[in-house]
Amino acid sequence: MKFTLSWLKEHLDTTASVDEIAEALTDLGLEVEGVENPAAKLQAFTLAKVVHAEQHPDADRLRVCKVMTDEGEKQIVCGAPNAREGITVVLAKPGDYVPGIDVTLSVGNIRGVESHGMMASERELELSDEHTGIIELPSGEVGQKFTDWLAANDPAKVDPVIEIAITPNRQDALGVHGIARDLAARGLGKLKPMKEHKVEGAFPCPIGLSIDEDTRENGCEVFAGRLIRGVKNGPSPKWLQDRLRAIGLRPISALVDVTNFFTFDRNRPLHVFDAGKVQGDLRIHRAKGGETLVGLDERTYTFSDGQVVISDDKGIESIAGIMGGLDTGCTLDTTDVFLEAAVWDRIQIAHTGRALKINSDARYRNERGIDPAYNMQAMEDAAQMILDLCGGEASEIVVAGEVQTNPRAYKLNPARVVSLVGMDIPESTQRQTLTALGFRMEGDMAHVPSWRHDVLGEADLVEEVARIASLTKLQGKPLPRMTRGVPQPILSPIQKREQMARRTAAALGYNECVTYSFIDSASAALFGGGDDASMLANPISSEMSHMRPDLLPGLLQAAARNQARGFMDLALFECGHAFQGGEPGEQQLRISGLLVGRTGPKDVHGAARAVDVFDAKADAEAVLAAIGAPAKVQILRGGEGWWHPGRHGRICLGPKKVLGVFGELHPKVLAEMDVKGPAVAFTLYPTEVPLPRKSGATRAALKLNDLQAVERDFAFVVDADVEALTLVNAAQGADKTLIDDVRVFDEFIGGSLGEGKKSLAITVRLQPTDKTLKEKDIEAVAAKIVEKVTKATGGTLRG
Amino acid sequence: MDDLRAKYIDLIANAADEATLEDLRVKAVGKKGEISLQMRELGKMSPEERQVAGPKLNALKDEINAALGAKKAALADAALNERLRAEWLDVTLPVRASRTGTIHPISQVTEEITAIFADMGFSVAEGPQIDTDWYNFDALNIPSHHPARAEMDTFYMHRAEGDNRPPHVLRTHTSPVQIRHMEKYGAPCRVIAPGRVYRADYDQTHTPMFHQVEGLAIDKDISMANLKWVLEEFFAAFFEIDGIKTRFRASHFPFTEPSAEVDIQCSWVDGQLKIGEGDDWLEVLGSGMVHPKVLSAAGVNPDEWQGFAFGMGIDRISMLKYGIPDLRAFFDSDLRWLRHYGFASLDVPTLHGGLSR
Repeated sequence: MKFTLSWLKEHLDTTASVDEIAEALTDLGLEVEGVENPAAKLQAFTLAKVVHAEQHPDADRLRVCKVMTDEGEKQIVCGAPNAREGITVVLAKPGDYVPGIDVTLSVGNIRGVESHGMMASERELELSDEHTGIIELPSGEVGQKFTDWLAANDPAKVDPVIEIAITPNRQDALGVHGIARDLAARGLGKLKPMKEHKVEGAFPCPIGLSIDEDTRENGCEVFAGRLIRGVKNGPSPKWLQDRLRAIGLRPISALVDVTNFFTFDRNRPLHVFDAGKVQGDLRIHRAKGGETLVGLDERTYTFSDGQVVISDDKGIESIAGIMGGLDTGCTLDTTDVFLEAAVWDRIQIAHTGRALKINSDARYRNERGIDPAYNMQAMEDAAQMILDLCGGEASEIVVAGEVQTNPRAYKLNPARVVSLVGMDIPESTQRQTLTALGFRMEGDMAHVPSWRHDVLGEADLVEEVARIASLTKLQGKPLPRMTRGVPQPILSPIQKREQMARRTAAALGYNECVTYSFIDSASAALFGGGDDASMLANPISSEMSHMRPDLLPGLLQAAARNQARGFMDLALFECGHAFQGGEPGEQQLRISGLLVGRTGPKDVHGAARAVDVFDAKADAEAVLAAIGAPAKVQILRGGEGWWHPGRHGRICLGPKKVLGVFGELHPKVLAEMDVKGPAVAFTLYPTEVPLPRKSGATRAALKLNDLQAVERDFAFVVDADVEALTLVNAAQGADKTLIDDVRVFDEFIGGSLGEGKKSLAITVRLQPTDKTLKEKDIEAVAAKIVEKVTKATGGTLRG
Repeated sequence: MDDLRAKYIDLIANAADEATLEDLRVKAVGKKGEISLQMRELGKMSPEERQVAGPKLNALKDEINAALGAKKAALADAALNERLRAEWLDVTLPVRASRTGTIHPISQVTEEITAIFADMGFSVAEGPQIDTDWYNFDALNIPSHHPARAEMDTFYMHRAEGDNRPPHVLRTHTSPVQIRHMEKYGAPCRVIAPGRVYRADYDQTHTPMFHQVEGLAIDKDISMANLKWVLEEFFAAFFEIDGIKTRFRASHFPFTEPSAEVDIQCSWVDGQLKIGEGDDWLEVLGSGMVHPKVLSAAGVNPDEWQGFAFGMGIDRISMLKYGIPDLRAFFDSDLRWLRHYGFASLDVPTLHGGLSR
């Protein structure tokens, strides 16, 4: 919403400066988006008078002028043809910045003659494109500020334009009058009462009006009109054109400009039909669907069933409350005009406007809500203005429907206002504020003015009082703590776990990514998603159509993008939610890490190598350890299809409790996602890790053993598909008290062992607790180990 | 005996290696060495002679042994020095590569925010990212025809045919967590709710997913003045600028009343934004007193309880604090960006240690 300062002053008696007004508007909730003050760049210039002008001795087209200024007589060389004795000019002195030529003046020397300034043209001051000569003013005193002269003689040239943003609740501020009311309530001046015109009807209106029965409800509340005949349409007067131009509207003709004026002056959209082109009566009804109309914007609109329109005997002539039709629009030839003021259902206007994609000033206002109580008076005020500008004779007013104002009142609870706002606003001030905003106070009941559709409860009264009192002035008050003393920790165990997991992954060398929660359907399908339940109804692109079923596709896409940029070795992770479906709560916190390429760039030590599944496993174990997962887990196969079937493991506590998965990614998935391998990854489910049972920070007592531990190595030949963990667990089970640790230290496949066989070598550490081990004790345990392992794996001790 | 001494001391001093030295040891003090043989002669001497020769021979033996030991150590040292000389390495060579991980600015800033609000007694609430339209809109006093619904560019979930429930939405803000939290825990309460939110908008300054943090404080007498204090304290702590100026402007949100938008002081110099100085203002959050209808919707009696709520963009304040120019890059995972704007794993923000390094 744009308006000029002079326009505002038509409604507000104020001496406040533009800056004060702008600051108040923003504070009141009418946020100023910009102030364009044409006077700002003209501040330096003063009026001067040419007392003598003569030909420059060395230049045909230049004149040397003696100019009387506020600093005495000065010599100025000037090239303008109209520079002559006796004229009043606008002077720019050395040191002044001249906007139109982007130059800061200095004392010049033009062909041997000194020049102490410049007499400006309109273009040089960015007042217009006029540059045939310097400005000649018809009045004014030497030394007078040019801006003062303009303010007195051509105010539109220095009229500041203010643009404000209007929140959806403030329909009343879509007219200058409403803005003035807010400022007056703030104390920035006095709201000027609007003159209420009365135009007697000279004859009965020949055009009848009707609203269809099904259109009265949620369609058109009231429709009023009157004919003004014998008008002479033409350009509107300069003051009106200036105003419309200043706020970015194009003046069209007096009749159209009048409707635009009321739209912005009083938030009162009106429409004018060329009555000569209207056949028969006007009927407000709902479209059947399929009808078309060429609008005033010369575009063709096709209606759907139920949209509200205005028809005459020929058919639809106007999109009710949104845009008139081109056919019946007023032109310079219009002599009889039918003026319309109606109140439309706001939701209906919003739906129709959205469906037809029309963003008109009328729609904008009618869908936010205009003042229904002003409807009939608007007929008078606008008719008067048309008569004033175009002459003619007005008919009586015809009306269909009834004005509905929805009268309501809410209790003002001054103590509650103070408690909610936290500012000591006296009751009398609160009542004053509401009264100034148009509320009618009756005891402690505040009756809502007809133009405030947004006020629907006591809380709205609080807001009005608070914003007029100024939230900028509100003093902050400490919020007392809920508990005394040192603040309690506030993170839940899972939240803490999420942080630990994230920082551990970063410590392991992974870069954290935040990728979109939605991905394309093909990628989603690769990871078990992509079904309709997790599909967006209105995705922004096909790349973002489905909620991610897993974090890995996003990371793989990120890897592919980085590879395309030439970064082949990557360690990426993300910690966030994956979605199993489309219902609230069908989301699960996960952390996934992805390693691609080599462990590092090639190096002099030859340390870099391709990443492998044990890198992913190590990192998965490290993150799990950091979030408190038990050290003893099972590694099971049978993971999802995006893992390499033989090179992955599910980290489990029992077959149903999966804490995470690690492995090599399936080569087909990598190819589909355009990632150049090798690529290994892990995905962990932090919420699946059991919470520790203990409470308190005390550790278990440390048990140290002084007796010498003994290590013994064993190598077993087993079938190639026997898993190391089975063997280790069997060995461990041989003597649970004595065996402290079992480690695999060698794997050897094939060779002399033969096809399908492998050798696994383990080191067993025996830790005696009560007496030093003797050789025969060790032998006994060793035999037990061999027995257990043989039984569990079918293997034999390697000779 | 003096000749003997002179001979061996000289030979030992000139021994070139350990083998020669061993040879000398055998010859001098070995079982059949010259000194040992002389010692055997002691038995044949008279006691007077023995008393003179005995200690002398012993002293000589000790001296030779000491000389042998010293020479042996010297030879070992020389050998070691020789070896070490040969073991010269070019230590300017680079080390074995190790990866350096990073924490994403969103995670870091979320932890910073959490640290500050935790000190003021706020805990962290969470809620689903796919939510019903009731939680996302109706409960927050945004009825179906409200212009805010259209303005929010909502993403809707697909509805299977025959399922006549209104479609679920990707939450457009973190505000539904207010409702869910109050439903579950009632009043009083103090929570923040950071998380992902979604709006169907993608251009220079908008991404279809971004992050918000919601704040909610409900009690018997919490006022807008408390809200202002909390936010002023927050901004001073977060931006680490004492007395940073904020501006509260009246505004409108369906779920708060009165409502205020909050701007922070900034300056634009040569296209560079600076927080905490200058004459410009930058909008950073929306806030207000929780609307009575919202409290009612969440099952909290608005005649008994009151409080404030706010919502701000985590991405946005991250950009402001750390001078990150482009929002879209947050979600692009460009390794160069992650390394440049990311944080070290051990760089945990705390109030006692400072939020940023």
